[in-house]
Formats: sequence, C-alpha cells, structure tokens
Amino acid sequence: MQKYEKDGVLSLEDLKLPSKEQLDKGVAIIECVQEIPCNPCVDSCPVKAVSMKDINAVPVVDFDKCIGCGKCIGICPGLAIFVVKTKDDKALISLPYEFLPEPIVGQKVKSLDREGKIVGDAEVKKVVKNGKTMIVTIEVEKDLAMIIRNIRVEL
Amino acid sequence: MRVNGIPNVRTCIAPLKEGIHVEIQHKLASLPDAKFENIAKQTIDVDVLVVGAGPAGLCASIEAAKQGAKVLLVDENLFIGGQLVKQTHKFFGSKAEKAGTRGIEIAKELDDEIKKFEKKGNIILMLNSTVIGYYEGDGEKHKLGLIKRIDYNSQLFEINCKTVIFACGAMENMLLFPGNDLPGVYGAGAVQTLMNVYGVKPGNKVIMVGAGNVGLIVSYQLLQAGIMVDRVVEAAPIIGGYHVHAAKLRRCGVPIMTSHSIKEAYGDGKVEGVIVVKLDEKWQPINGSEEKVDCDTVCLAVGLTPATRLLSQIGVEMRTVPEAGGYVALHDDSMKTTVNGVYVAGDSSGIEEASTAMIEGKIAGISAALSVGYDKKAKTLIKQYQKVLEKLREGPFGDKPRDAKNKIAKFLEENYAKI
Repeated sequence: MQKYEKDGVLSLEDLKLPSKEQLDKGVAIIECVQEIPCNPCVDSCPVKAVSMKDINAVPVVDFDKCIGCGKCIGICPGLAIFVVKTKDDKALISLPYEFLPEPIVGQKVKSLDREGKIVGDAEVKKVVKNGKTMIVTIEVEKDLAMIIRNIRVEL
Repeated sequence: MRVNGIPNVRTCIAPLKEGIHVEIQHKLASLPDAKFENIAKQTIDVDVLVVGAGPAGLCASIEAAKQGAKVLLVDENLFIGGQLVKQTHKFFGSKAEKAGTRGIEIAKELDDEIKKFEKKGNIILMLNSTVIGYYEGDGEKHKLGLIKRIDYNSQLFEINCKTVIFACGAMENMLLFPGNDLPGVYGAGAVQTLMNVYGVKPGNKVIMVGAGNVGLIVSYQLLQAGIMVDRVVEAAPIIGGYHVHAAKLRRCGVPIMTSHSIKEAYGDGKVEGVIVVKLDEKWQPINGSEEKVDCDTVCLAVGLTPATRLLSQIGVEMRTVPEAGGYVALHDDSMKTTVNGVYVAGDSSGIEEASTAMIEGKIAGISAALSVGYDKKAKTLIKQYQKVLEKLREGPFGDKPRDAKNKIAKFLEENYAKI
C-alpha cells in the first residue's frame, strides 16, 4: 500500500522530477500516479510532450520537449497538472483553481502545500480562465517550487 | 394477487371487507381500460421505450433514433440528464467520451441532440412521468403502464413497444448507526441535488462518510459552495476513489481519515455532532478511539444499489452480484436480458460510472433498434463500443466492474445451459 492511498498526499518520491535546467525552462508536472482511464492531457499538448502507452497508463512528460505552455492544466479533469518555472531565487507556479473569489493579478494570497497547510504568502502574477477553471500563476521562493500546490484568497 | 378484479394488488396491506373477492394472479395482468383520475387512457406505440433519461438512457435513445427507430424516452424528473446535471466536475476518459467536459455540459449537449430528434419525430420525450408496471402485451409487443403527472392530475398511458431499455440508474445506500434518522443526515446524491440543482446549502459544517469518488467529488463541491467539510471518514484502510480527487481535497486542507467511521450522530431534533471512531483491521471499532466532532450535516457516500424492480417484475433472470452493487438483471454484451426485447444499461445493469453508462446506453440503443430491423452499420458500431468499454475497464479501477460483468456473463451461460 502506498502512503498516498491512505492519506491522499503525494510525496516527491512518487513523482518524476525535472532537472534544474528543465525547471528553468518551465515544465508541466503531472501529479497523476494511478492508472485511471483518462487521456485528455495527451491530446491537449501542442508539442506531443505528454505520452501514454494506453488510456489506462500513467501520463509521462518529456521534460525536454515540454514548453511549459500550460494547455494541459485546464483540461485535466483531475486538476492534477501544474507548470513550474524557476528563475534566480523565485519560482512561478501555474495551478488550476476553481473557487471564488477569483484571485486578481498583483494580489497577495496564502500559499498552501499538498496537505492544505499555509506555508506563506505568494503574489498572483497571472490569471487565465479556461471555462470555469482558472489557471493562476503565483510567485513563491524557489525552494517552494515543488511544495506549493494551492492558494487561498483571503477576504 | 387480484382483488375484486383489480390486478397487482398487495393483499398483505389491502383492507379486508365483506364480500371481497381475492384471486391468485397466475400471469401478467392486462392493463385496465378504466378512467384514471377521470382522464381517459392514451396509447402510444413505439419501437423502443427507454426508461430513464440519465447518461445511459439519453445515449440509448439517441443511438436508437440514429438507427431509424421510433423512440419514447421517459423520465420521472422535470428535466433530463439524471445525475449528469449535478456533476459540476470535468469527466475523465478520452475525447470520444467527452473527457474534460463537465457532466452538466454533457447533459446539455445530449439534450440538444434529443431535441433534434424530437423535431424530426424520431424521439418522443415524456418528463414528469413514471413507468409503473409491466402488463400482458399484444403478440410480440411489450406493454407497460405509464403515469404522466399533469399539474396535480395524472394521466394513464399504455405504452406498446417492440423493445424496452431500462436505464433507471441506482438508489443510494444507507448506513446503520444510532441517529441516522436525524434531520441533517443526507445521502451524497441529495446533497448534490440541493446544492447543484436547487442552489440550497444543505448545512454549514459537514462530515463526509465514504472516500470513494462520490464522497471525494461531493466534498470538493461542498467546499466550492462555501461549506466547510470537517473531514472525510472512510472505513476501508485505503481511499477508494481516484487519488487526484483526494489530492484536490487535501490541498484545500480537508483531512481524509481511512480506517475510520462514525459510531453515532447526536443532537436534539437535528444533527449537532457525530462520534468518529477508529477501526481495526477487521473493521471493528477500537474502544477508546472515539472522538466527538461538532457538525450540522452528515453526508453518506457509501455506495449505490441498482434500480431493478421493473426488470424483476417482468421476470428477467436476476442474480445477486456484489461487485455490481446487488441484485441485477443477467445480460449479454449487447445489453440484452433473458427476456426477448428487454435491455438494460448504466447503473441499473451494475454500478459503475457515467462514461461507461453512456457507452452501455449506446450499445443497448443500437442493439434494440437492430433487433426490430433498423441496421445502419449496427453490428460494426456495437463491436466498436464494446471495444471502448473493454479499454475503459482495463485498468485497476476497472477491476470491480470487470469482475461484475464477468460474473453476470457466467450466470447467463449457466442459465442458458439449464434451459
């Protein structure tokens, strides 16, 4: 039994991680580790960087091919895709968000980890609407690139 | 039993009166001609009757109509879509199964298709209507009774059809615990109806029971509606639903406690809290692990049972298949039951989910149309959809429905061997 099957939280060991150079370029991190019959991420990729052996396989990202465009973020029914891009001592994280109020560019929001614990503050850099799913890009400290996976907009 | 000439009477609850005439009813009853609520009975003749306008029934109707059959689609609700209209999350699967599209949007797309066929005259849609029973048919045709509710009156219809597809969905399971009758204890489907269909908050602080996909998805929808979900408790040692759904909840700060359940709900006239208890490996409560949790709502997402009573009344061969969620109609891979012209699709044929229900519906619709002589590459299409089903059930989450369908196929084989 995997730990995430018990508590619903992935650890970094469960994921295939990009190199420093790949992170600097900006790549999609797909946090989808179970074999479920689903593949829209594969179809959404404009550079064919996401592949799957068959519809039940786990998606694999070719970090060299991935251009970090984020098209897959809004299509994933599991809201399991994030794009992470590092620059100097900061990291930009693009994440799917489906709550009100809508975050606003420039706003300070709380940054949360995979357990929903508040880690610190983040600044909203970009908000793109993909149907009713927003794709929110926030800036955090570089060492939090693989930690922060959610935001909370405080009223 | 027949009482004073009226068929299908439950004599165990019929009042005993002087001169009452009680007979054993040896066969199916004929549908009486008497006026019902003072409106004369109407008759409708179609090729295919589809009972239930959820994902399976909608797809069955559309495919049967595409083949050229004349279809009557019936649902007891005021609108079509079944559970789809409550599904505000995006569907899984592949492009062909509308992956990435929210259930409510899929319902709209299917509604548009139904309307097109309504205009052409291939589909008759009857909402606010309930199929009440199966009666003795004329010749090869099946005869079913239907009540259409019109304002506060009802009208009786006699439906004569060459084939009938039951896509009646499922009923939610209840859980036994003291206080489960307190106001504030809901099924997850009821919570979704209140919240997503009627825009009513079911409560302010919820304990979710069950970490299957339904429990996880409804918890997330509660959060989106601005309602606090205190925790999800799950009796099994692992989360039954997809990890991605669990992860969505966890990163919002909702704990998921596996090997935990609720011992009781308490409160004065309504739910004021529950006692959560930890379970051992044998799923037995561990003494001393009780924790009191304040809440005003308990939401139960502890599985579904196929709705099969009409199938049972018709007399199709049924078996209990735990993996299918209970008592189900035996059916082959064209969704045909053991009675000629009677088909089943979706949760009624075994509990699964909406994507596979839609495909089963398509197969049932084409099979039914084909059986009465409509054939626009019907066999090729059926084979194609059977392959898609097989693919979708290939992964580890397909184990249970695959086992269910295999058992049903085996029972069916045994049944035919007996004859």
